[in-house]
Amino acid sequence: MNFIKITKRDDLPRNKAILIRGVAILLSLICAGLVMLIFGLEPIKIYTEIINGSLGSEMRIKQTIIKAIPLVITSLGILVAFKMKFWNIGAEGQIIMGAMAAAYVALNYGETPKPVLLLLMVIASMLAGGIWAFIPAFFKAKMGTNETIFTLMMNYIAIKFVTYLQYGPWKDPGAQGFPKIAQFGDNAVLPAVFGIHAGWIIALILVVLMYIFINHTKKGYEITVVGESLETARYAGMNIKSIIITAMLISGGLCGLTGMIQASAIERTLTSGISAGYGFTAIITAWLARLNAIAVLVVCILFAMLIQGGAYLQIAMNVPESVASLVQGSVLFFVLGSDFFIQYKVSLQGLFRKKNAEEGGAA
Amino acid sequence: MQDKVAIEMKDISKAFGAVKANENINLSVLNGEIHALLGENGAGKSTLMNMLSGIYNPDGGTISIYGREVKFNSPKDSIRMGIGMIHQHFKLVDVLTAKENIVIGQKGNFFTRGKELSRKVREISDRYGLDINPDKKVYEMSVGEKQTLEIIKVLYRGAKILILDEPTAVLTPQEIKRLFQILRNMKEEGCAVVIITHKLNEVMEISDRVTVLRKGNSIGTVETSKVEVSNLIEMMVGKKVDLAIKKETFANPKPLLDVDNLSVLDKEKKPALDQVSFTLNSGEILGVAGVAGSGQKELCETIAGLIHADKGRIFFEGGNIVGKTPRDIIRLGIRMGFIPEDRLGMGLVGSMDIVHNLILKDYQSQPGIFLKRGPCVEKANKIVSRLDISTPDIYTPVKRLSGGNIQKVLLGREIDAAPKVLITAYAVRGLDIGASYKIYDLLNEQKARGVGVLFIGEDIDVLMDLCDRIVVLCGGKLTGIVDPGQVTKEEIGLLMAGGTLEKEVGQA
Repeated sequence: MNFIKITKRDDLPRNKAILIRGVAILLSLICAGLVMLIFGLEPIKIYTEIINGSLGSEMRIKQTIIKAIPLVITSLGILVAFKMKFWNIGAEGQIIMGAMAAAYVALNYGETPKPVLLLLMVIASMLAGGIWAFIPAFFKAKMGTNETIFTLMMNYIAIKFVTYLQYGPWKDPGAQGFPKIAQFGDNAVLPAVFGIHAGWIIALILVVLMYIFINHTKKGYEITVVGESLETARYAGMNIKSIIITAMLISGGLCGLTGMIQASAIERTLTSGISAGYGFTAIITAWLARLNAIAVLVVCILFAMLIQGGAYLQIAMNVPESVASLVQGSVLFFVLGSDFFIQYKVSLQGLFRKKNAEEGGAA
Repeated sequence: MQDKVAIEMKDISKAFGAVKANENINLSVLNGEIHALLGENGAGKSTLMNMLSGIYNPDGGTISIYGREVKFNSPKDSIRMGIGMIHQHFKLVDVLTAKENIVIGQKGNFFTRGKELSRKVREISDRYGLDINPDKKVYEMSVGEKQTLEIIKVLYRGAKILILDEPTAVLTPQEIKRLFQILRNMKEEGCAVVIITHKLNEVMEISDRVTVLRKGNSIGTVETSKVEVSNLIEMMVGKKVDLAIKKETFANPKPLLDVDNLSVLDKEKKPALDQVSFTLNSGEILGVAGVAGSGQKELCETIAGLIHADKGRIFFEGGNIVGKTPRDIIRLGIRMGFIPEDRLGMGLVGSMDIVHNLILKDYQSQPGIFLKRGPCVEKANKIVSRLDISTPDIYTPVKRLSGGNIQKVLLGREIDAAPKVLITAYAVRGLDIGASYKIYDLLNEQKARGVGVLFIGEDIDVLMDLCDRIVVLCGGKLTGIVDPGQVTKEEIGLLMAGGTLEKEVGQA
């Protein structure tokens, strides 16, 4: 064990940290490539096809962007909670509840003029997502419950509740017995801008707003302080309960908004599978972006490329979509692992020095 | 031993980034010697010893042990060479017994032979006069016993060179006496002992020679018997330091803070403060003495609005502030500064820079929803230069600063708000001489400005030198308010233990 020497780094220059991360990403691609080789696939070809499948044509680029939108907005929601060290694992449920509230408005007030209806859907979805996040936040603030478990379990309640609606009260009578909820009317569908639904504009605006919120507002500062030290927040006279609850309303509200966008622009109805795992993937992207709003945008686009490229692989090359998941997992593993090398310095020169120490030891 | 020289460190240099922690340091320690390594916080003592125990690698210079040049790649190499380090924070497993802690991490058979081990432990104990029960569990031990166990642990591993990092910081006077006896026994046995400290009286009492470090350089090695305390201070600080704390009395004190029959319950609903009453006047430093856990923390935090009073009132310039939260206090414009005991856990955010730590107290009074950094950047520069804070810049996370500088940031922020009342809990804990005296000066400066300072202290000598009056607490009860000019240290000690004095001085 003596050949490897590990020392803590005190201060690493920024460009070196970036270099380490870059190497980690490269290694993750190599590692995923090796696994592909074992299964008799050609990694270079697969990587090219992933890029080709996600950026190769206008249609594919659009598809990639469409997949990036829910990831970005959900990641921003998760970012707010994580900044406060409130581990919101409940984005899935918050997305579903947001979609449900939007669907309720869309199905019952479908005749309302389009801009009003869409605005109502946005408000309803953010409220519903916010409430879904507020419940665990309330219990955490009042009783100190564990938010990780709480938010996670709220996901299943949301999924099962929407399944119940789908099979029961909201079942479309016109679907010939299929357990489906009715399609939204045209007024409830987000318009397209430059050929992609307007969600991308919302996502971009939110990225900027979130960056300003976290870095330049008092609330953002309070959230950061609460995340760093509760005692300090108390000492500084912050109203901790209200900060936790506000942050979670924002967090859940953004996730709920994702639900509305997906229901309105993609599915045009409500299904229990509407969140499509974005709530979990967004945890990864928010974390990889180191809770920085601008970085979230970049990371989410890369992940959307993987998702879209994976789907393309399946269709074009008859290669299972899971290859993309493999790459995702590998990237996550290496990038998180690279944090260790950013905090600690590992040197191998011990191999040569060991001899000296042993000589000394013999004395 | 072949050679009289146990440790020879030559021209040792070590840099962390741009900071040179050690620069061409020379140190030689003989067998059968107790060698003190003296220096202020940040002088490079711990860095130097960490290189000796294999935690860091020197950038330059050589280390020789018993005349052989060595290069350590890990603490294991160092242990193999017979060097044992006792850290300030003990590295023991609470639920295990003393002997289990001794063998933990050691190579050996799958089964440990309990009896043989106990015998070996006793053998070491007898040889050095250490007193420990091998079968006692660590969580049942006092701090002194834990330290003894740490020493046995390194001796069991064959250490002939012992390094102790600030070993007395956590001990009572009796335990310190016992420790010094152990060290003397080890010296008799021919061991080399290095003791890191910044307490001068201990250096004078125990050491044979002293090496003084200052700002990463070795200033010199002297024989303890041939120097005076004042010489050592001069070597440490680099200039003559007046060790007297000045005390002036100001006329026309007016009451600022009136604590009236204050009772506070702790988490278990037991009284932490029991009907405490006293008055803090303008232009005075009111000391609070008492053994640890006598209600000092509760007193400070109740005044600052962090915990609720059970009964009683606290008047700030005539208005009752009991029941007010810290937010209310800020909003009402009550100018009260509070330096809590836990600086990084409560007073500051360690991972944030100086600017953002200044914003902490400021931002609530700013209008609008946006955070304005501008004024705090200016303020940060002002505080850094006024209090002489050594930091790479104002954007360095405060947890990277040394203890004294962290305290200066905290004090600087609180003073900057021009408080009328300043509450300080253990303001100099963990600080070295230079930093401590700087803090005393700053408090005296505040006093001269008419501020009422509540000074929670642990060193009775300092309390007596610095404070105009001293409130003594024992088990949450106020046992006396005394004038340090009219009582002795022993009398204060008596009050701290719950006794009473016949002559009550000062105003009760």
